[in-house]
Amino acid sequence: MSASKKKKDANYISGKESRAISKFNRKLTKRLEKDRADANKDPALYTTRMRDPNNVVEFDNVCTYFFTDIGTVKAVDGVSFDIPKCSTVGVVGESGCGKSVTSLSLMQLLQRPQGQTAGGEIRFNIGNGEALNIVNTPTAKMQEIRGNHISMIFQEPMTSLNPVFRIGAQIDEVIKLHNPDMSKDDVKKRTLEMIELVGIADGESIYKRYPHELSGGMRQRIMIAIALACSPGLIIADEPTTALDVTIQAQILDLLRDLKDKINSSIMLITHDLGVVASMADYVVVMYAGRVVEKGTAEDIFHHPCHPYTIGLMRSKPVVGKKVDSLYNIPGSVPNPVDMPNYCYFRDRCEMRDECKGMCDGKYPPEIKINDTHVVSCYRFFETGEVLGYPKPVDVEELYHGKK
Amino acid sequence: MTKYIIKRLLISVVILFCVMLIVYALMYSMPTKFTEQMARELSKGQGATKNYEDWLAQLNAQYGMDKGLIPGYFTWLKSAVKGDFGDSWKYNMPVTQKFHETVWYSFALGLVSFIFEVIIAIPLGVLAAKKQYSITDYTVTVVALVGISMPTFFLATVLKLVFSVKLGWFDLSGMISRNYYNLSPAGQFFDVAKHFVLPCITLTVISIGSLMRYTRTNTLEVLNADYIRTARAKGLPEKKVINYHAFRNTLVPLVTILGGSLPGLFSGALITETLFAIEGIGYADYHAMVAGDIPFTMFYLAFVAILTLLGNLIADILYAVVDPRVRIS
Repeated sequence: MSASKKKKDANYISGKESRAISKFNRKLTKRLEKDRADANKDPALYTTRMRDPNNVVEFDNVCTYFFTDIGTVKAVDGVSFDIPKCSTVGVVGESGCGKSVTSLSLMQLLQRPQGQTAGGEIRFNIGNGEALNIVNTPTAKMQEIRGNHISMIFQEPMTSLNPVFRIGAQIDEVIKLHNPDMSKDDVKKRTLEMIELVGIADGESIYKRYPHELSGGMRQRIMIAIALACSPGLIIADEPTTALDVTIQAQILDLLRDLKDKINSSIMLITHDLGVVASMADYVVVMYAGRVVEKGTAEDIFHHPCHPYTIGLMRSKPVVGKKVDSLYNIPGSVPNPVDMPNYCYFRDRCEMRDECKGMCDGKYPPEIKINDTHVVSCYRFFETGEVLGYPKPVDVEELYHGKK
Repeated sequence: MTKYIIKRLLISVVILFCVMLIVYALMYSMPTKFTEQMARELSKGQGATKNYEDWLAQLNAQYGMDKGLIPGYFTWLKSAVKGDFGDSWKYNMPVTQKFHETVWYSFALGLVSFIFEVIIAIPLGVLAAKKQYSITDYTVTVVALVGISMPTFFLATVLKLVFSVKLGWFDLSGMISRNYYNLSPAGQFFDVAKHFVLPCITLTVISIGSLMRYTRTNTLEVLNADYIRTARAKGLPEKKVINYHAFRNTLVPLVTILGGSLPGLFSGALITETLFAIEGIGYADYHAMVAGDIPFTMFYLAFVAILTLLGNLIADILYAVVDPRVRIS
């Protein structure tokens, strides 16, 4: 009786609990902020070495948590994947699965102090064999990297440009910021070059326009121009085409693909549109509830999906020329992020549960390698594949009480 | 744009006509009319030749109070349109002359406290927004709310108690010291300035709160906007993100309300001026109103009504000036 009652009130927290959570959060985030401030003093604390120098970014067991008033939300919990040089990595998953938080962790643009990367390493290759661990890179150093080595294109072109500044000034700004020696005329020349590069004719007139005078597609092109202005090593495109109509979407994607090759950079493409991933990505990472459930080349994921979630995603997209009465949908919904189960997060929605022979009632499945490029977290392959290791979430209690 | 302004001005004329009618009706129906007071005095004076009723009838005819409400209003309106506002009954001089004598004191008082309000409230608002939910934010907010909630007369009295009675730094009220006429011109200026300190503090403290809260709300809204994230993603230092990208956007509504309040600088502060006996327009009008002086009150309230309408128009025009997205048509 009492157990069932407790379960029913999972979303209810008493005043006492709420105060305890707030106190816990305040103390913990204060400590984490202090640790970060201490790390700033010594570059040795945030410089590191890439596991593979051919990668631009290596996410290694990244844990990004939000310490909210209703408890700790493990938005990204032990995510590991690599972005190789000059390639496009698509990150797919439904809303709220941690795609954007992963990219914001890489940019250190999380809403602090509530949002913290509590564990793991994000290694970013800045060239000459040097790498930075973004997790504890100081903000000042981060500002040299943002916009210069890593740049970002956002989902909403309508609101991502500052409405009170002219287009030209907004592109000039980023060029000037990262090339302080450039003369004013050179900066403007470069800006006009960028406007032309993203396929907008009549750069001179666009230069003097305000954002509200341009259409959504044009604005997204301007965002791309800003992102590419300093020839970054990595472009994060966070659902760049979600807010645009389909024809513009295709144009923007073509543009991104061409430009990526022109400036030799990698793209981390975040999307929930499988069609976009299929046409763009070399590698695909499928995320579910803050964890990577499957990763591999586009070929692996699209032609041999292995995780029941990926298979479900593939089945739920419409296919041209195939007649169906109603489109498939994955039953159930994502578990409550504050209170994650300790077994496989997908178990309750899984339609292939029988194939796991009950193993998924145990702990969360490890990463299992089924061929050189293809890794999946599902017990269905426990016996046939090579087990790489279990995810290692950060123990918040331990973090709170301080570890040696 | 010109068309828009003309349209707004024409609407303003209609509003003004109605406002003044209401004001005239209120003044006309006041329980103690100026003429009644005067008739009472004259009939009771030594060697009074006529009784109260006779005096009242004579005075009513003399001051034009015998015409009735509507004709009286139109008589006032007719001469007011020509620029003739008549003589003040209480001050015994042309209304416009009394206005000239007093308005500049009010303007000085208003301007100084306006400047202090702006330079204190806006940075505090931005600071509170930048450190939302911190101790700084709470402190600023509490102080601002205390400022808003305190009635002028209470704050003024406390200030008088502390600075005039206890510390003896300033005079309790009035605009000049006893030895004013023996001072050099510079000395006279500083003497008046010294008497303006407490009223300025009063006006500033009570007005900071709302502007600060307004700035805080707007800054918070702007700081959560997508383009601020874009600015950070460009690698701009936090200082520049807030002071340039965010502040320029916060400024849009701020300039509008501040611009709109500019004409208000001339309207005087009735309560504060009265409490400190600063002979500004508010103080003059308070006494005129108490005496039932219709010409002066009508002129003053017409002036305030025009300033308010002008303020609104300026606010709307400024909106188009600061925000490139707004084009008035």
